[in-house]
Amino acid sequence: MAYSEKVIDHYENPRNVGAMDKDAQEVGTGMVGAPACGDVMKLQIKVGDDGIIEDAKFKTYGCGSAIASSSLLTEWVKGKSLDEVQEIKNTDIAEELELPPVKVHCSVLAEDAIKAAIADYQSKQ
Amino acid sequence: MSNVKTPIYMDYSSTTPTDQRVADKMAEFLTVDTAFGNPASSSHVFGWNADVAVKNARQQVADLINADPREIVWTSGATEANNLAIKGAAHFNTRKGKHIVTSKTEHKAVLDTCRQLEREGFEVTYLDPMDNGLIDLEVLKAALRDDTTVVSIMHVNNEIGVIQDIAAIGEICRERKIVFHVDAAQSTGKCPIDLEELKVDLMSMCAHKTYGPKGIGALFVRRKPRVRIEAQIHGGGHERGMRSGTLATHQIVGMGECFRIAKEEMATENDRLLMLRNRLYDGFKDMEEVYVNGDLEQRVAGNLNISFNFVEGESLMMSLKDIAVSSGSACTSASLEPSYVLRALGRNDELAHSSLRFTLGRFTTVEDVDYAIKQTRAAVEKLRDLSPLWDMYNDGIDLDTVEWTAH
Ligand SMILES: Cc1ncc(COP(=O)(O)O)c(C=O)c1O
Repeated sequence: MAYSEKVIDHYENPRNVGAMDKDAQEVGTGMVGAPACGDVMKLQIKVGDDGIIEDAKFKTYGCGSAIASSSLLTEWVKGKSLDEVQEIKNTDIAEELELPPVKVHCSVLAEDAIKAAIADYQSKQ
Repeated sequence: MSNVKTPIYMDYSSTTPTDQRVADKMAEFLTVDTAFGNPASSSHVFGWNADVAVKNARQQVADLINADPREIVWTSGATEANNLAIKGAAHFNTRKGKHIVTSKTEHKAVLDTCRQLEREGFEVTYLDPMDNGLIDLEVLKAALRDDTTVVSIMHVNNEIGVIQDIAAIGEICRERKIVFHVDAAQSTGKCPIDLEELKVDLMSMCAHKTYGPKGIGALFVRRKPRVRIEAQIHGGGHERGMRSGTLATHQIVGMGECFRIAKEEMATENDRLLMLRNRLYDGFKDMEEVYVNGDLEQRVAGNLNISFNFVEGESLMMSLKDIAVSSGSACTSASLEPSYVLRALGRNDELAHSSLRFTLGRFTTVEDVDYAIKQTRAAVEKLRDLSPLWDMYNDGIDLDTVEWTAH
């Protein structure tokens, strides 16, 4: 399969790889997918007192498009409010990365992951 | 690493390059100053020359498998040979019954043919292999019934390279007078095959896995005891009515020549391939959480199918930019399902998603293997650093106990 240059760039130089303390009150963690399906995304956000996302980290098991989708999303959410982030749609990710139809589920997974991270953060407040 | 020529081809089970010696021979049967004639043209020298070449190739193919040249029926490849064998024998024997036995790890050319027969009212039993990929002979015996007419079991599996015990299966089938078909697409030139000894009734072959051209194959149809099949392609009555169509002289010559070379070079080639395969495996053995898929002993020399747990196969291949391999990962298949062969071994789906198939061949070098080891190790390391599953594994979490949000 041919990948877009943007997917290759994120795959080769993934942004914001890492992990934060999932028990910290200011950290929200979302983990979605399943190993049996071939992709698992873990996305974490750290939210400041002002409700702005200060930092984001990810780890992903999956194909190049899944890795790129999560890497891109961590870039996008930093510096945004939770409300702004809720607006990000999987189609935005798919469009930016020029994902072919068979890879659109990777962007769906990324949207699910950020939503789960926000929900986790909110449940701690 | 200096003298490695990239990209490196390590996908010989998918297809092989045509050997230069074969290509040279083929060129003698195409253009105007060559023996381009129709081998069926019995009235002039153009036809006679082509006919001699076809006869010679038929002998060469028969020689590799110790058969009679009259037992060789040319087809367009192993897919067509499988169709002709299974449909042909099933249809011919409907008075005895309509039950067929095969296995879950067969090539699609067998499985889909069986599916078609099911649609036509036949009943098919798909055997589960053991965890090592081999058929349990007791399970096979238990599946046979009075109305079983055909058993179809491959010789060498295309994904995991395991070699089935076709000698034993042949005995079981012959005793019960059941037609035994073997898909040998992956075994010609890799395993010795002696059809005087083996109780195989029908056997599919092709040239392009044995350093010959694509688009040509053959079906062995036993004469003693005589096996009868119904033709699937009708026309001018070529190949004793079993497969009509003008013979593709250049392709047939190519298949003959590549089988001749295979017979001569198989033993030394296998020694070399085994050395390379062991070297490749040795390069991964000390890594954590790597698993070989399929039996390592009952296996052709050039195949290493291996899973790097917690790393997804397609992303791994993306890192191996200048090495051509294949993966059982779902992402590499149109169906978005992981390899049905690995799943049939009882491997969990994760390990199927994490698998890579390296298949080495005639033009693989030690330098290629060393390069592949280095690149693969680096890629696995990089991707494990990215993998949440690897973190969980290192934290001692049993992934089977986690509740995943499957999608
Ligand atoms: C085991 C097996 N059977 C059948 C085939 C189909 O062969 P062909 O490509 O000659 O139709 C292949 C190769 O793709 C194979 O590996």
